[in-house]
Amino acid sequence: MMLTPEQTLAVVFQITQLLLVVLAAPLLSGWVSQCQAWLQNRSGAGVLQPYRVLHKLFHKDAVMAHNASWLFRITPYIVFGCMWLAAAIIPIIAVDLPFSQAADVIALVGVFALARMFIALAAMDIGTSFGTLGARREMLVSFLAEPALLMVLFTASMISHSTQLPRIVEALAHHQFVLYPSLAFAALAFVIVLLAENARVPVDNPSTHLELTMIHEAMILEYSARHLALIEWASSLKLFAYISIGIALFLPHGIAEVGNWPVLPLAIGLLMLKLMAAGAGLAVLETLMAKMRIFRAPEFLGTAFLLAVLGLLIHFLLGA
Amino acid sequence: MPIKHPHIRLESMHGAISAWRARIGVDELLPICREVRDGGGRLLALWGSDERANGEGFALHVTLVNESGLVCLSVLLPNEQPAYPDISRIFPAANRMQRAAYDLVGIYAHEGRDHRKWLRHGAWHSGSFPLHKDFDAAQSRCDEAESYPFVQVEGQGVHEIPVGPVHAGIIEPGHFRFSVIGERVLRLEEHLGYVHKGIEKRFESMTLQQGAKLAGRVSGDSTVAYAWAYAMAAESIANVTPPDHALWLRALLLERERIANHLGDLGYLGNDVALSFGFAQFWILKEQVLRNNAALFGHRYLMDRIVPGGVSADLNVDGRQLLEQECAMLEREAGILRGIYEEHAGVQDRFIGTGRVEPQLAAQLGLCGMAGRASAQAWDARVQFACAPYDKLDVQMATHRNGDVAARASVRFDELFESLRLQRKILTNLLGDEPGKKLEVLPANGFGIGMVEGWRGEVMVAMHTDAQGKLARVHPHDPSWQNWPVLEHAILGNIVPDFPLINKSFNLSYSGVDL
Repeated sequence: MMLTPEQTLAVVFQITQLLLVVLAAPLLSGWVSQCQAWLQNRSGAGVLQPYRVLHKLFHKDAVMAHNASWLFRITPYIVFGCMWLAAAIIPIIAVDLPFSQAADVIALVGVFALARMFIALAAMDIGTSFGTLGARREMLVSFLAEPALLMVLFTASMISHSTQLPRIVEALAHHQFVLYPSLAFAALAFVIVLLAENARVPVDNPSTHLELTMIHEAMILEYSARHLALIEWASSLKLFAYISIGIALFLPHGIAEVGNWPVLPLAIGLLMLKLMAAGAGLAVLETLMAKMRIFRAPEFLGTAFLLAVLGLLIHFLLGA
Repeated sequence: MPIKHPHIRLESMHGAISAWRARIGVDELLPICREVRDGGGRLLALWGSDERANGEGFALHVTLVNESGLVCLSVLLPNEQPAYPDISRIFPAANRMQRAAYDLVGIYAHEGRDHRKWLRHGAWHSGSFPLHKDFDAAQSRCDEAESYPFVQVEGQGVHEIPVGPVHAGIIEPGHFRFSVIGERVLRLEEHLGYVHKGIEKRFESMTLQQGAKLAGRVSGDSTVAYAWAYAMAAESIANVTPPDHALWLRALLLERERIANHLGDLGYLGNDVALSFGFAQFWILKEQVLRNNAALFGHRYLMDRIVPGGVSADLNVDGRQLLEQECAMLEREAGILRGIYEEHAGVQDRFIGTGRVEPQLAAQLGLCGMAGRASAQAWDARVQFACAPYDKLDVQMATHRNGDVAARASVRFDELFESLRLQRKILTNLLGDEPGKKLEVLPANGFGIGMVEGWRGEVMVAMHTDAQGKLARVHPHDPSWQNWPVLEHAILGNIVPDFPLINKSFNLSYSGVDL
């Protein structure tokens, strides 16, 4: 089968995005940590620290629990693959990428869910109490966060009349600039979901060493070396993907179209600015807030769901 | 006289702290303990010693404390079956001390309800006792498999979470066995002793001055308190009083230790609720205190600055000025941070009502020190037993009634500011330059006791000398002995993820109880 020139170009753009995302994701995590360090009067480890950690982990020998099954071994690869796939679906540098036409937002949520299911199963696989503890808490948080995320996505879909991310982005980016009140509510809800799904303060604390308070970290306590590296990398990718979804839904302006080479550098530059702003904002939020008790998470995520529903209602009532 | 009892002859002891000593018969132990408890007194420490060199079998030593001072009771026990009545029914805190006394000396409480080992983790045989004078370490080595029967909680949906002794962060080793239903804690059982270092055995072969260094290393965060208590015990045997200047300097060092630890703990409390901002700010302040310590006294944590007989540090005029500036800076910064902690909804939501120890329970279990004061147990050795120079300082005790994490944080803040005030006052009184004469030898067959209000609570050191005046037995006692069991109660009804916060609000020593 021969590809038409447009298709070839689309594939090139897709590959560019895939590489860009997978290479830049740790940088974003490093940026968030560095911003936090600055906000706390610390000098910080630098934005390149996540790469050093990955490098270190890839050079270590993996240690496995004796009773770890194949599930435990393949999970890091599946999780990494899922996050990479998710990042490929989202229009990050350009719309109309081949991958994004293959899956819509509901499938995207499904990809995230698949990764979560595997990591939770792997956590329980070795049978330590922390793995089970973490998996149980993760499921509590995610089953509350998922509907809120879907509601947010539906609000955007209502405006653009499609659940395809490229159509949503096009509808929002390429029309004249309009403020949608419904999207404002959805954006607030999305921030809450982003915090919860990426194991950030106030729901979880990614930098804690207190095993009893952990959610995400408790599930991956038994991983080491390359497996841990993949999971850490996948977490960076997930954060990158979530922030990119946020940008695609609420601030897509300036994104390139497939084949439009001259706009691409500008699009990437704008994307970087947006990511930096979002990362700095995340650092501010995390610095200001304390971690809430785990049983407050339902209220917190309930608020997200409520806000998203409000957004949807506003769209129906006001048509905006 | 602290207690009146028909069969007791109290002998007043020399030294900075008001203490009495009595030898009693085995049968009088329970009635005296009961009387002291009914009078509002507490158990301070319990230890055993091997007296066979004096032809006397073994001895049990119990130190009780009430409003008027310390009472050290010594009970001679026979060589065969060295048993004494179980006092853990009167003082629940005695349980672990009695078990440790068995593991180390082989004396035991008969009719005791709990005979599980405590300090012995299979490093020596069950029939051999390290604190026997004829203990042979090489012969007693064993690699016994670790087994410790935890109390099982049964019921539908109940499961256990074993935590430690290896933790995800770099902290001291302790094992915590949670029985939980969902996230709610039904029971917590601690198992410590993983850092048993044989400190008490080591003392036996040391000179007085060497022992001072070791005493300062029982628990690194309380090195000043231990060194002072050790020096106090030695000075009580030798019946000497260090010069005023040395005492003022000791108080300065002790308050600086309290300031540094309270700053660190307040930071940790922020960190445990993921407010890393608070953590970073408090640790910047703590680091400043430690750096000033290093610059002025030559050691960040002030180790070995207090020696029996006096001090081995001094402070010049420049140093005094530096400390006054530090005081002003800390008062300003900590004041701002206190405002932030108290107004932060997220922090207060986590602090208030978490890990509550009611005053009644605290009194019953003998909760002491800073944690005790947060549960309305108004004991502070600097106030009740104000030895020089605290008798001239008029220390204001900080107490709270609520007994939760917020109360313990609040007491820490109050004590921090009080210590800064004391430090200022001490600086104005720090005249002269007499460091005191180092004590080298002690009288034979002496017994001395020292107690100091460390930042965590009452640190006590008891010292016995033999017929040559050498150290026969030194027993350091950490307030964590009393407070660890209370932590098991504080967590009840709370949820598992709140445990690290509650634990940190007590911040008890592992090293100090594992000796």
